[in-house]
Amino acid sequence: MQQAGDEGALRATALPPGWDEAVRLDEDPATIPDPADVDVPPELRAEIEALMGRYPDRHSATLPALGAAQRVHGWCSPEAMRQVAAVMQVTPAYLSSVATFYDMLRTRPTGSRYLYVCTSVACHVRSAKRVFDAIAAAAAEHELEDVEVREFECLGACDMAPMASADGRYVGPLVEADAAEIVLAMKEGREVLPGRSLEDPGYEVPPDAPEPPRPPPDPDVHPAGGDWKHPPDVPPPVDRRPPREVA
Amino acid sequence: MNETRILLANIDEPDLHTIAVYERLGGYRPLRKALFEMTPEEVLHELEGSGLRGRGGAGFSMGKKASFIPRGTMDKYLCCNADESEPGTFKDRVLMQRNPHLLIEGCIIGAIAAGANKGFIFIRGEYELQADILDVALAEAYGRGYLGERILGSDHSFDLVLHRGQGAYICGEETGLLDALEGKRGNPRLKPPFPANQGLYQGPTLINNVETLCNAPLIVERGAEWFRGLGQGQSTGTKIVSVSGNVRRPGNYEIELGVSGRDIVYGLAGGPRDGRRVKCWFPGGSSAPVLLEEHLDLPYTFEAMAKAGSMLGSGAIIVVDDSEPLVPLALRLAEFYRHESCGKCVPCREGTNWTVKTLERIDEGEGTPMDLDIMAEVQGNIIGNCLCVLGDSMAMPVGSMLEHFREEFEEHMEMARRRRNLESHEARGAGELAAIAEAGAA
Repeated sequence: MQQAGDEGALRATALPPGWDEAVRLDEDPATIPDPADVDVPPELRAEIEALMGRYPDRHSATLPALGAAQRVHGWCSPEAMRQVAAVMQVTPAYLSSVATFYDMLRTRPTGSRYLYVCTSVACHVRSAKRVFDAIAAAAAEHELEDVEVREFECLGACDMAPMASADGRYVGPLVEADAAEIVLAMKEGREVLPGRSLEDPGYEVPPDAPEPPRPPPDPDVHPAGGDWKHPPDVPPPVDRRPPREVA
Repeated sequence: MNETRILLANIDEPDLHTIAVYERLGGYRPLRKALFEMTPEEVLHELEGSGLRGRGGAGFSMGKKASFIPRGTMDKYLCCNADESEPGTFKDRVLMQRNPHLLIEGCIIGAIAAGANKGFIFIRGEYELQADILDVALAEAYGRGYLGERILGSDHSFDLVLHRGQGAYICGEETGLLDALEGKRGNPRLKPPFPANQGLYQGPTLINNVETLCNAPLIVERGAEWFRGLGQGQSTGTKIVSVSGNVRRPGNYEIELGVSGRDIVYGLAGGPRDGRRVKCWFPGGSSAPVLLEEHLDLPYTFEAMAKAGSMLGSGAIIVVDDSEPLVPLALRLAEFYRHESCGKCVPCREGTNWTVKTLERIDEGEGTPMDLDIMAEVQGNIIGNCLCVLGDSMAMPVGSMLEHFREEFEEHMEMARRRRNLESHEARGAGELAAIAEAGAA
């Protein structure tokens, strides 16, 4: 699925032709690649073949196989899909139809690692949007590269809200001040927020976790919040339409 | 107010996720009972008699669902729905992370009841830690002969495969899950045929939530009678409630069905912070219509929530306190469903999109009083008109917010509009001042 709001967004990297554009009617559709023509890394081939063996129908391995290819290539690039298609003996079009549906499969080179910040309902009411903004700003400031930083839908850890997932490592509850540390830890390859992740032994959501403070009822921050002063009356717009002719 | 822990009874035991500790605490004993002391019909009868209802959202009787699976020797499948994506829900995560063998045992018992010989656990891709833990647990279970050919020397064979999703809310819908498991886009299917008749690979399939299946070993061990003794009315047993949002102690609490919402929100989770009150709450994940503070006194059961116009759903309570403006919340909610709509049915695909656009318009001060009526009408046109309930899941909460808090929506709209007018007025004034200054300088 396409990320909400990014329709027509400018892309940092040019995509290969035929990727996100309309089909080219003057060309034949891509057929199932001949295994002899495609060079697949042996480990990836072995992994996909093992995956296919687990199901009564080899097509069932599509999702995990694309995930495996993404780990090798960093994203579901046309080449990655061609390799999966060659091993699974399906068309690249079939794989791209699947890959574009799922959020965790990257169909653009946005980074080979990820930092998902949950901003869904339960995190939203604990000011997750501000945490995300702080993280996005920190990522830009510290020039975090090869990491996909994005808002994500509910990650299933609302008890530690607001939270984020750094390559599967769930950390929370977060405050804006954590942003720089998270970004730097990812950049330097360190463990993100040691002791504050679900996978750390003995981790418990701190009782009475600090709920990020609400912005003061400032009329400039939120129009519906607090004791908002009425603006001076705006004069009604002047009616410049010509008077209607009555027959 | 105390919890009634049966699923979470041993959850704090160190290393419960290892098979040694799980067996030491009596694990896999119910499986032996189901295999050697009971016939599959008796297992099914026990599950049906317990009145256990699905814990994933729809609340359909698990035993009844299993009894719909046709007898016979065709390939039958069991799917465990571990695609826990409903905003506010995080109960399965704890079960899988801390007690994976309970789930595996539940799957085997479910498979015995349904006559399935192949099973899949569909876990959401974001749960990488939990999937890794389950992978190890599955290998342990195979190693001890609980899975595979002729379990523990009995006539039953059962293979269980962990399948990782790649991030799509709609795969939590049972037929969407089946399509994703077959390696396709996770589009829900037209029903009927229901999965019990034609599911995975066109074979009869039993699909159940993690928590539902985790109850099966307990029911087999202690009997349907014991399970029916817990809970209230048609809502038997316990429920793990995930409380989140504006409360002091968010977390998972296992309660006997029938305790009041107030006991959960205030008693267990500590209620909102000082000086704040509950403005509204979602009783069953973000898809459930919101309820008001007065509804906190209702018993937390499937029936009472339905009667109050909402649903118990996945048992995820999201509390919203009175400092939270509702229009941005409704907008965020609608954005979620717009993003997750698979796009197959027009009312859902377009309805979620237009709801987002209308709410954005209201939030930015471009709304008109007509917008609220249009929005309410759009919600009405979504409900019941799609293959699955994703569209309804947005239409119901947004519609209920509009119904309960229409004044707030109107006020928000008016304030935003005035602010916008003032800004444009000021901009115009600044422009005129600049023109005067320019004229003076010239």
